[in-house]
Amino acid sequence: MNNINLKEIPYIDEIGTITENYDSSRAIKEYKTCIEREQQENKVVASLREAIIKSGLKNGMTISFHHHFRNGDYVINMVMDEIAKIGIKDLTLAASSLIDIHKPLIEHIKNGVIRRIETSGIRGELAEEISKGLMDIPVVFRSHGGRAYVIETGKLKIDVAFLGAPSCDPFGNANGYSRGNDKGVTCGSLGYAKLDAQYANKVVIITDNIVSFPNAPFGIPESDVDYIVEVEAIGDPNGIMSGATRYTQNPKELLIAKTAASVIEASGYFKEGFSIQLGTGGASLATARFLREKMLQKEIYASFALGGITGQIVELFEEGLIKRILDVQSFDLDAAKSLKNNRFHQQISSSYYASPGNEGSAVNQLDIVILSALEVDVDFNVNVLTGSDGVIRGAIGGHSDTAAGASISIITCPLTRGRIATIVDHVNTVVTPGKTVDIVVTEQGIAVNPLRETLKQSLIRAGLPVYSIHELKDRGEKIVGKAEPIEYTDKIVGIVTYRDGSVIDVIRQVKTDK
Amino acid sequence: MEYRLRRTMMFVPGNNPSMIKDAYIYGSDSIMFDLEDSVSIAEKDAARLLVYHALTSVDYGDKELVVRINDPYTKLGKDDLEAMVRAGVHVIRLPKTETAQDVVFCDEQITQIEKEIGKEAGSTRMMAAIESAVGVLNARDIAFASKRLIGIALGAEDYVTDLKTNRSPEGIELLFARCMILQAARAAGISALDTVYSDVNNEEGLIKEAKLIKQLGFDGKSVINPKQIEPIVNIYTPTVKEIKKSLDIMEAIKEANQKGSGVIALNGKMIDKPIVERARRVLDLARAAGVLDLEDDSIE
Repeated sequence: MNNINLKEIPYIDEIGTITENYDSSRAIKEYKTCIEREQQENKVVASLREAIIKSGLKNGMTISFHHHFRNGDYVINMVMDEIAKIGIKDLTLAASSLIDIHKPLIEHIKNGVIRRIETSGIRGELAEEISKGLMDIPVVFRSHGGRAYVIETGKLKIDVAFLGAPSCDPFGNANGYSRGNDKGVTCGSLGYAKLDAQYANKVVIITDNIVSFPNAPFGIPESDVDYIVEVEAIGDPNGIMSGATRYTQNPKELLIAKTAASVIEASGYFKEGFSIQLGTGGASLATARFLREKMLQKEIYASFALGGITGQIVELFEEGLIKRILDVQSFDLDAAKSLKNNRFHQQISSSYYASPGNEGSAVNQLDIVILSALEVDVDFNVNVLTGSDGVIRGAIGGHSDTAAGASISIITCPLTRGRIATIVDHVNTVVTPGKTVDIVVTEQGIAVNPLRETLKQSLIRAGLPVYSIHELKDRGEKIVGKAEPIEYTDKIVGIVTYRDGSVIDVIRQVKTDK
Repeated sequence: MEYRLRRTMMFVPGNNPSMIKDAYIYGSDSIMFDLEDSVSIAEKDAARLLVYHALTSVDYGDKELVVRINDPYTKLGKDDLEAMVRAGVHVIRLPKTETAQDVVFCDEQITQIEKEIGKEAGSTRMMAAIESAVGVLNARDIAFASKRLIGIALGAEDYVTDLKTNRSPEGIELLFARCMILQAARAAGISALDTVYSDVNNEEGLIKEAKLIKQLGFDGKSVINPKQIEPIVNIYTPTVKEIKKSLDIMEAIKEANQKGSGVIALNGKMIDKPIVERARRVLDLARAAGVLDLEDDSIE
């Protein structure tokens, strides 16, 4: 056995991968039991500080986080504080999204710990400060699919991913919930984190709940994980998960939802085996209720529901009206519970969900998507990122991904918000290009993109109130008038990218009175 | 008097601009802006101005626009009348009407204002809400008190208090008042309008009550939330069978008229005036609900 001459093997050079002989030092026998190994040979490190140091994080590197803990997240602030204490600077922070709770990042930006940000969106004070010119380098905004695309193509290289997980075993099998070992914190799907774990050079899991091996089912496999840190708390359960997302009681949103359901029914896409995604927003979610009646009445069932999942979708699923759920992000407790308990409720990564680099990505299989908007313009371009004052206050999410992938994209929005018209000549910020937006539903009527003439005729035949987008704009302006244009400086504070990474718009610094 | 559907009359608080500005989108037949009970005393003037501006600037389409004013014997009520008649409101709703004199008094005030602003005399209409035992007993006189009246309505909350009872799910305590108001309205040839159903989240209860008042003969009902509109409209929408029968009746009349025949029969049964009137109302309701095409009478 020991004297095999590799050279004697025919075609050995062409096989290429066979280069060495075996010797007895190569076989290592494992005598320890699983439990002993869990205790003695695992990936758990003593502290967050140790994990950061071991990860090899240096000045100028890129770190990543997920936003599955939403406004209950402790992880980003905890990790950034520790990094700042160690003295590492000039980092690129590539988070899947940033929310109000991440306000302390302002200080880290001012102190030079963070030099650059990539994200799907920013809300709250941090967003306001960035709009006022807090950062030298503009923030890069990417859709969930767009973020997946740059990560998997290596354009955005993550050096260290710090990923919070509500359960993890000592070898790194991590998940957003735990079957049988629940410690009270749950976030359902780890869809955005899965991708970061797969592509980051080093991966640190931060958890408050180390469970025994194997933590099955898992969202992140141990093979993607380098270090595990156990901390007291990873987030506030109330901020991570509200109970069930409540159905809106707002009569205007209900009217919009009812009209949206009628649009679906009349569209020609309401057929056995259709697929659907409902974006967040009162009217969008309430569409489920009205669609349910139509599904029962006509005995039409959906093959799958996609996206950020809520209790509304779960209800339809448990009633048998939807056959599968593909879940990149669980929005409420009902969704998280369903992921935990239902066999046909599947956790998917952001790449599987929406990457434009993957022909099979789930958004491409989508028939109908219902989305919200802060503004829509007469060319059907949609803004979900900046408010009527020009300040960053939202997130791209999967907006441009699903609008492009779905056979029909339906935007639900009120014609006016307070004293501001929603349909305008030009949106402040183009996030989703009008070419991919098919129908706008408001409480005062519907507009169909001229590119979809057949669709328009179907809706008219069904007796729905169809107008041109200009007519809707005029109606809104008749009620609240035309807003004064926002004043900006020349400084660019944000770059809005389309899902393929191309620049679709920029966000400029808002002029303040000072 | 001109015929008009009044299946639903939606209450809109007069101090709520966001509801006032687009109250026409929910599909009620009438919109009633309230300056009375839903507006606190401190906000009376602001609400009056708000509703005035809404009536003079918002396009409410074909909705019947009603304003519930404060007691017309008070300064508040007089100011309300002054502003609303000038704004061109279709109907002034008189609250807590107890006697024919209440209606006459209000009518005179309106006449005066119409004269001052050069508006056609009698063009501002009225409706009277009856909300007490005295009012119910005087329902007949009230209904006949003014040519401006388009209808009388029951206001149940104050009425049940006056009766020393409360509202029950079955509404037995309202039966007498409903019947009185209905007889009075029909005798005077005006609309009979039922009270609100206050439990907004109880759709089943609303449907039950709407069925009851429709069977009694009421034209419709007040609603306090847009989501109450559709269930009521559904109850007032005729079935396909009813529509077909009514279309046949109208067709038979047309034929008989063309032939100059005096006696009209359909399937061996004689058609008389009440049958024709019922058929006409069925078709009006069907067209209003959008189940009967306005142009070619095809059922959708």
